Amino acid sequence: MPENVTFNHTLLLILVIAAVTFLLRALPFLLFKGGKTPDIVKYLGKVMPPAVIGMLVIYCFKDITLTSYPYGLPAFIAAAAVVLLHIWRRNTLLSIGVGTALYMVLIQFVFK
Amino acid sequence: MKKETKKALTRSLKDTLPILAGYLVLGIGFGFMLAKAGFATYWALIMSVTMYAGSMQYVGVGLIAEAVSVGYAVMMTVLVNIRHVFYGVSLIDKYRGTGWRKVYMMFALTDETYSLVSTTELPEGVDKKKYYFFVSVFDQFYWICGCCIGCFLGNFLDGFNSAGIEYAMTALFVCIFADQWITSGRKLITKRHISAVVGVASTLGSLIVCNMLGTEYFLIPSMIIILVALILLRPVLDRKGEKEDA
Repeated sequence: MPENVTFNHTLLLILVIAAVTFLLRALPFLLFKGGKTPDIVKYLGKVMPPAVIGMLVIYCFKDITLTSYPYGLPAFIAAAAVVLLHIWRRNTLLSIGVGTALYMVLIQFVFK
Repeated sequence: MKKETKKALTRSLKDTLPILAGYLVLGIGFGFMLAKAGFATYWALIMSVTMYAGSMQYVGVGLIAEAVSVGYAVMMTVLVNIRHVFYGVSLIDKYRGTGWRKVYMMFALTDETYSLVSTTELPEGVDKKKYYFFVSVFDQFYWICGCCIGCFLGNFLDGFNSAGIEYAMTALFVCIFADQWITSGRKLITKRHISAVVGVASTLGSLIVCNMLGTEYFLIPSMIIILVALILLRPVLDRKGEKEDA
């Protein structure tokens, strides 16, 4: 384990994250047990997922520095490969596998 | 074993094969990251059994490696996993009357399991409730295997430079994003495209502003902007005239 980390705190964090995740997944079942689901919740349930995925994509790129070498190029090139490959083959596993391998090659050998 | 149960078992095994492949790759990527951060394989087991959340486990590696506060961990979990709240909304009826299994099925409601149980049309003679349960159990089993294999390899495989393997998470989200974009309908602009653009624009704007202000907590303002924007756009996005493309 890393030096700044204790067993107890790590276990506590994991259990807290697990509990919150479970609560979030169970929440709609608990809230709308019997009656009708409110329209606004149904609406948000429909339109929210694409927005959240968009948010997570940007979240993944948050540590990139555009103003200095390598200007985020490895991440952007690999992302472009994922998109193009996915349009072409529509195979999630292939897109993720090739994209990740390409990124590893780029940061280890090309943009050193 | 009853015939309907047996059918549910074989059908769920067959349907989860693509998830088996996907979870092995993503799980191994996670395990490598966890090993690289300095954690033993049993931590991969604990995390994949108790948390069982792909993206949150990737984010979680950073959280436990930096020993963040409990409050910060709660906040990050809510931000990353809030989307799961919306999954349950569309499964309330399907999961009705599943008894004790429901507790586990709610716990195991990942992106991939959701995408399978919410879209699969089952033929007559398959016990649906058991099918949903089996899918949930198999998926988590694949995930636990992937995570532990990855962490074990990461700890004991010398000479393999795993730098950059954490990109599997980025690739996953880029891939889901592209997939949603392509399958959002033939029309040039659908409500799902608008929603996707709202998500990207809000987060990008929030990231830039928070960077200038020197704060890292850009996801909270971003979430709020997305919620407000989607509620304001409701007259446009919730038109009855448009064909259901959800």
